[in-house]
Amino acid sequence: MAHVVFTDNLKRHVACPPADVAGDTVRSVLDRVFGNNAAARGYVLDERGALRKHMNIFINGQPIKDREQLGDPLADRDEVYVMQALSGG
Amino acid sequence: MSNRLLVASRKGLFFVERRSGGGWAIGRTAFLGDNVTLAVCDPRDRSLYAALDHGHFGVKLHRSDDAGATWTELPAPEYPEPPAGSEPEISPMSGKPIPWKLKLIWSLAAGGADQPGRLWCGTVPGGLFRSDDRGASWTLLRSLWDLPERVQWFGGGLDYPGIHSLCVDPRQSKRVVAGVSCGGVWITEDDGATWKCQADGMRAEYMPPDRQGDPNIQDPHCVAMCPDQPDVMWVQHHNGVFRTTNGGARWTEVSDVPPSVFGFAVAVHPHDGDTAWFVPAIKDEKRIPVEGKVVVTRTTDGGKSFAVLSEGLPQAHAYDLVFRHALDVDASGNTLAFGSTTGSLWVSENAGDAWHGVSHHLPPVHAVRFAV
Repeated sequence: MAHVVFTDNLKRHVACPPADVAGDTVRSVLDRVFGNNAAARGYVLDERGALRKHMNIFINGQPIKDREQLGDPLADRDEVYVMQALSGG
Repeated sequence: MSNRLLVASRKGLFFVERRSGGGWAIGRTAFLGDNVTLAVCDPRDRSLYAALDHGHFGVKLHRSDDAGATWTELPAPEYPEPPAGSEPEISPMSGKPIPWKLKLIWSLAAGGADQPGRLWCGTVPGGLFRSDDRGASWTLLRSLWDLPERVQWFGGGLDYPGIHSLCVDPRQSKRVVAGVSCGGVWITEDDGATWKCQADGMRAEYMPPDRQGDPNIQDPHCVAMCPDQPDVMWVQHHNGVFRTTNGGARWTEVSDVPPSVFGFAVAVHPHDGDTAWFVPAIKDEKRIPVEGKVVVTRTTDGGKSFAVLSEGLPQAHAYDLVFRHALDVDASGNTLAFGSTTGSLWVSENAGDAWHGVSHHLPPVHAVRFAV
C-alpha cells in the first residue's frame, strides 16, 4: 500500500484526506483515490489525466518523472505527496 | 436599470451595488484570493455563473442560485480525447501541437427564453461548449471544432486561440455569433449545427498584405450585438473598429477613431445600434492609455463622430488598461462601468458623460458585468 497525502491547499476547494491505497504505479494509486473522490480529480489532473502544469508529485521525496502517464512505479509503503508547485501562484 | 455589478478579478469576485443614497460601493465578495476570470448573470432566472482559473488546480465553474451567498461547483467543460491515431494539430503560428484541453473559460452566454437551461461557453483553445442543464453537463460542438478552418486559428495575446464573445440573437435563439481571437467572427443560424465565418471587410494589419483580408485570421477583440437591433454589431478589433448593419454579412471599418483605434472592449447601447462605447489605448505594442489619460469614447451616430469622455477619469500618468470583458452597459443604456488592470473601477450613470471611481485598489480586473 502507498500512503498518499495531498497538499493542504486543496482543502478549501475539495476534501482530499490522506489515504493508504494499493497500486504499483502513481496512475493506479491515484485512479483508486479519485474513484472514491471524483470531485478532487480535476484539481490534480487535467482532462487527459496528466498532472496539471503547476502541480508536483513526490515519491519518497523525489519528483516523479512521468507527468503525462503517471507511470512511475511504487513499492509497498512508499510515501506519495501531491503538492502545488511554487510556480502558478 | 441595474443596481448590481459583478466584478471578476485576479483575486476574487466583487459585488458592487448601487446605494440608496447614491453612488456605488463594494458589498458581498466571493472567492477572495482566487483568480475569477468571468462572472455573468443569467437574466432568465437571475442565477450567477463564475469562471475561475486556479494557477495550480485549473479552470473551474461555479453557479449561485442565491445572489452569490452560496456557490455550487459545476463540472468545467471537458475536451474529448483526440481521435485515436490522429496526427497532432499544429498551431500555424507557434508550430506547437494544439491541446485538446480546457485552458480558459473566456465567454459565457445564456440561451434564449425559449431554451431553459441553455448556456453557451467559449473557451481557449477555441472550443465552443453547450449545456442544456444550467451547466451540469457540457458538450463540445464538433460542428465548429472539427472545421478545417479552426486549426488555422491562432492565439492573440494568449498561447492559443479562444472564443471571447458570444451573442445570442434575441429574435431567434438558434442564431448565435461567436467572436474568436484570432479566428474571425463565426455565426450559426441553426443552433450550432452549422457555422459560417462572417468577417468580410475586416482587415488584419499584423499579416502580410496578401492575407490581411482573410476572414479566418481576423482578431476581433470583442464583439457586441445591439439587443434591440441585432443586425447591428460592433467590433473592437486589434487594429481598428468595425461595424456591421447587416448581421455580419459585411463589416465596415470606422475611420478617424480618436484618440486611438486600438483597445479591447466595446459596449453597444441596448436600444440604439448607432451608440457604442470604447476604452482606447495606444496601439499595438504599448497598450497603455494615450498620453497617460484614461478616456472612454462614445459615438452616437454609428461611428461618424466620437466624443472623448474624461470627466472623473485620471488625465495624467494613468496606465490603466481595460480588458475586453471589463466594460459593460446596463439594460437602460444609461449606466456603464469599467474596470482596469491597475485595479480601478468606475461607474457612470449618464451614459459616460461623468465617471465616479468606486475603488482604485482592487486586484487586476478581468471582467465587469451588470446583473439583473
